[in-house]
Amino acid sequence: MNKHTISLFFLLAILWLFNSGLYTPLLLALGLVSVFFVIWLSLRMGIIDDESQPLHLSRKLPAYYWWLAKKIVQSNIDVVVHVWRGNSSISPCVATLPIGQQSEIGKVIYANSITLTPGTVAMNMESDSVLIHSLTAHNMEELRQGEMAQQVNRLEM
Amino acid sequence: MMELIIQLISSACFILGALLILSGGVGILRFPDFFTRMHAAGITETLATSLILIGLMLIAGWGLVLFKLVLILLFIMLTSPTASHALAKSAMHGKLTPIIHNNHSG
Repeated sequence: MNKHTISLFFLLAILWLFNSGLYTPLLLALGLVSVFFVIWLSLRMGIIDDESQPLHLSRKLPAYYWWLAKKIVQSNIDVVVHVWRGNSSISPCVATLPIGQQSEIGKVIYANSITLTPGTVAMNMESDSVLIHSLTAHNMEELRQGEMAQQVNRLEM
Repeated sequence: MMELIIQLISSACFILGALLILSGGVGILRFPDFFTRMHAAGITETLATSLILIGLMLIAGWGLVLFKLVLILLFIMLTSPTASHALAKSAMHGKLTPIIHNNHSG
């Protein structure tokens, strides 16, 4: 039993308890059985590791989510302004930016954050670069300055 | 008094969310090509859904319903970028070329 299995057990148990809301012995027993069944399946598939349970990130994640939420609100307002101003205000462009993140999960978080903020979409991932489509040249410039990459780096360290 | 304030805040969230969904829809109709339209759809799937779910959370109060709403928000935030990326990638592999603005090089 490593810490990833234990964390998965608690995660699944909490998920069951809060989703069912019925606390009779029969249902609790069924819940326990299904939690163990899922853990057994995941162990067989070999997917219980740092990637599915990124425990090493959990202390820093709330701060990153907070930063990302602010970023999402900003870029939403930006895109809404462009929607109502019309096509003359947008300047779509495509560019390849390097990825500084070392770990796989860092790369995934970076690319997903790019896609999650409206105005930029990650179109293709290579091992050390990402192809990005952006709604305006300004959006691309912002990504190039690398504030988001820095935030993900801070998360990874 | 407190309840009234919470209801007002949640109504504000609903109205803002609805306006954002409208903007997203207008953007989808207005923007010139597939890739730019995807950015407009991004409004509806991030801030608009979040606002509507937050509005629902405020009137749900503490309890299981709140937890389920948080779960829905979490799943949307995790799955929507994956879906957008899959769409963009398959459009690109399908040889759809994005319209590029070439006012200045870069």
